[in-house]
Amino acid sequence: MVAAVDTLRLTAEEAKGLVDRGELSAAELHEAYLDAIADRDGELRCYLRTCREPSGNGIPIALKDVISTRGVETTAGSRILSAYTPVFDATVAARVKSAGLSLLGKTNTDEFAMGSSTENSAWGPSRNPWDPSRVPGGSGGGTSAAVSAGLAPWGLGSDTGGSIKQPSALCGNVGLRPTYGTVSRYGVVAFASSLDQVGPVAKTVRDVALLYGIIAGRDPLDSTTAELPQAVQLPEGESLAGVRLAVPRQVESLEAIEPGVRSAFEAALEHARALGAQIGECDLPLSYRYGMPCYYLVAPAEASSNLARYDGVRYGLRTRAATYDAMVERTRDDGFGAEPKRRIMLGTYALSSGYYDAYYGQAQKVRTLLIREHLDALDGIDAIVTPTSPTVAFPIGDKATDPLAMYACDLLTIPSCLAGLPGLSIPCGLSESLPVGLQLIGRQFGENGLFHIGHALEQALAFDTVPLRWRS
Amino acid sequence: MTWEPVIGLEIHVHLKTQTKMFCRCPVGFGAGENTQTCPVCLGHPGALPVINRRAVEWTLKLGLALGCEVAEHAVFARKHYPYPDLPKGYQISQYDLPSCINGSVILPTAEGDRVIGIVRAHLEEDAAKTVHVGGRSGRIGGAEHSLIDFNRGGTPLVEIVTAPDIRSADEAKRFLQLLRQTVVELGIADAEMEKGQLRADANVSVRPAGSDELRTRTELKNMNSFNFIARGIEAEVERQIGVWESGGAVEQHTYDFDPATGTLTARRAKEEADDYRYFPEPDLVPAEPPAELVARLRTELPEAPTARIRRIEPSLDLDRASVLVTGGLDGLWDATVGAGAEPVAAANVIANNLVGAGVDPALASPVELAKLVAARDRIPRQAFDEAISKLAEPGFEAAPYIVQEAVSDASELEPLVDRILEENPGQVAAFRGGKEGLLGFFVGQVMKQTEGRADPRVVNELVRAKLAGR
Repeated sequence: MVAAVDTLRLTAEEAKGLVDRGELSAAELHEAYLDAIADRDGELRCYLRTCREPSGNGIPIALKDVISTRGVETTAGSRILSAYTPVFDATVAARVKSAGLSLLGKTNTDEFAMGSSTENSAWGPSRNPWDPSRVPGGSGGGTSAAVSAGLAPWGLGSDTGGSIKQPSALCGNVGLRPTYGTVSRYGVVAFASSLDQVGPVAKTVRDVALLYGIIAGRDPLDSTTAELPQAVQLPEGESLAGVRLAVPRQVESLEAIEPGVRSAFEAALEHARALGAQIGECDLPLSYRYGMPCYYLVAPAEASSNLARYDGVRYGLRTRAATYDAMVERTRDDGFGAEPKRRIMLGTYALSSGYYDAYYGQAQKVRTLLIREHLDALDGIDAIVTPTSPTVAFPIGDKATDPLAMYACDLLTIPSCLAGLPGLSIPCGLSESLPVGLQLIGRQFGENGLFHIGHALEQALAFDTVPLRWRS
Repeated sequence: MTWEPVIGLEIHVHLKTQTKMFCRCPVGFGAGENTQTCPVCLGHPGALPVINRRAVEWTLKLGLALGCEVAEHAVFARKHYPYPDLPKGYQISQYDLPSCINGSVILPTAEGDRVIGIVRAHLEEDAAKTVHVGGRSGRIGGAEHSLIDFNRGGTPLVEIVTAPDIRSADEAKRFLQLLRQTVVELGIADAEMEKGQLRADANVSVRPAGSDELRTRTELKNMNSFNFIARGIEAEVERQIGVWESGGAVEQHTYDFDPATGTLTARRAKEEADDYRYFPEPDLVPAEPPAELVARLRTELPEAPTARIRRIEPSLDLDRASVLVTGGLDGLWDATVGAGAEPVAAANVIANNLVGAGVDPALASPVELAKLVAARDRIPRQAFDEAISKLAEPGFEAAPYIVQEAVSDASELEPLVDRILEENPGQVAAFRGGKEGLLGFFVGQVMKQTEGRADPRVVNELVRAKLAGR
């Protein structure tokens, strides 16, 4: 008889303790999560596939389906990769494996991580554990919903413009988008190479820090990675004395931010103040004005290039046709959903000769300005603080036919992604009985500082990560 | 009107690195199809390129040898075009910030030195190899299906682009020979054209001699030997002159040269209208070679072929000097002359007999070679050839071959000649009837019977005299 495990409440650190102390075997823990998946994933559809047998002797982990796993199908939420089974592990998958973690399964994502709701997944949307009629956010909605519903102690997502932070906010868990270049992208199905970054999702800041410590650091297979200047420190303190935070002046006037989100955010700032933090203002005018348009040139341009390899020749979907050209055309037409097609067209246009300077070239210059603006804003402070998402989880179908409304979900997460800076989202309260996220943005390699602030705030806020409907 | 060709070349050279440009797969010919592949060079989802450091160093070395400036900041870029042999849908190349720019090469010609500008030398990855099955001559038209071998995909290539400074097909050929020898001597490439390790495309236009206008140019592709390149350019120059002289205008086109027929076929216009959508490769960081590296590479450069042609030309002539240098034979020639051989004779023996016998010039003993060069008119042809063929063998000595003096005494050969004429009355009658080509037959018979020891000049004279009835 296996000791009853309440996966809804169990943190990864606690789970690790159970296994380390021999109170529970890795196999029993794996089984407990599979049971939870059997109970609740029929409704939520977080997982695209699960692994019956534990692959390690440690605690389990869920991986977003853009992370290549040797021998385990990896589709990136796309029909064009249906039945594609990688012959190699992504570096992050290899690192979690060598840390003993056991693969629980692959979680749902918007197709090629393009979206903010998982509604763009070719395999259907995942649902928010707090309210299954609502989206879990995206693109990493599968991982966040799984962690929130106790279907995994923790997981890895990937973030291009908010795909870790935004679903973490909407599902009430903690998500880190690390500094660009600290986590290897090798084997992570590419969306926009200069923005993509893998990061952890968990119930607590300490869990996120623990997992970040496992995956971070230079990878010889990814030339854009760097060694961490200092080791990851698990946060402990509960004081914010001497910590300086700043809210961008522009946040005040952003109409997209729902009042309930704003009040939960402001209440959290009061907690921070009570812990000793100084809260001031900073200025990011260009970032909020040009961040979105800049992102929607850079990301689709790179995506149009990264998605060129899906031609039906070597792997994945192939729709037969009489000639090579016709085969490629039909495969891509059948294999890509509307959102990748939209971005391939946008990006191809932005890179076309005669338009490059006006679009992609110009966007890169804007990006340089945004980086400078963020560096200036961070001068003399420890972190920029904003709500993570302007809204709480929205009903499935609400924005599915309006790309611009969907793109606006990432208004607050995109600018720091363009600047390559780390962002930590922690749950900071409820609005309309749904979780609200608070985003902390630090300087390059400033993860330890974010963990410290996030952890102290987390203790003070005492947010219950268990969805309301499952609290007894 | 006299017309002047204006020619620029684009040359691709395969670097002989042990591994591919962006992954660790081995580079090499002859392995089974698709056995030298990995997720990176097959373009699997998520696989990322990592720059082959040696390939970059070698490119810089080549750039320095071509007198280029080495870029402190070079950027790899993605060049997009959809083709089954390009697994990522783009080729990683260099675009607006190549590794080497603004060089020049001095090309010695009969009319004096010509300076050929080098616009750029950059590094990129090669495409895979497509084999069309069925249909006509392995071309895509009519093929039943195509197979792709990714072993070649991702192997490192240097592309060298010259300024339009070349003025004749012969100059183009000489330039390429010089360039080939340069890369071979740098130790960075085998550059065997028949294996496709060195490929050249030519941009060709013509203009009235003396003018400095640049008229519409055409591009010639698919020329895989020095001679085909020269013939292709000649044919295109002739064609363009014809077009202009008949009142027409040359149109911008890409042509494939067919060496079998010596003709040029225009490609379909669609294939030329590419928009490559270049942008900086976000998976790689810029190549920024440290100054110490560039300085070290500079000290490692061997003496340039041009300098050596100039140095040895005074004792020979331009053609012999060029043949020796571009054949990698001038080192042996130098040493052989140093050992006392007559320069021109040594050049002839090396460029003709030694190369013909397939002897490795690096292993041949110059001292023994000098002895053979000096004695070559005195020893039988067969013995001389045998000696040459063994020159590279360890411990080879010329002396035993030189002892075999040729039989040049006419009185000793006369009875043999008489006998051969008697045995072949038909041929004698034919010769006397005007078939003078039969002279060689009689000489050959004498050489055969003397096992090559007869002095062919003496035999020649003797046979001729006998047949003339004297």
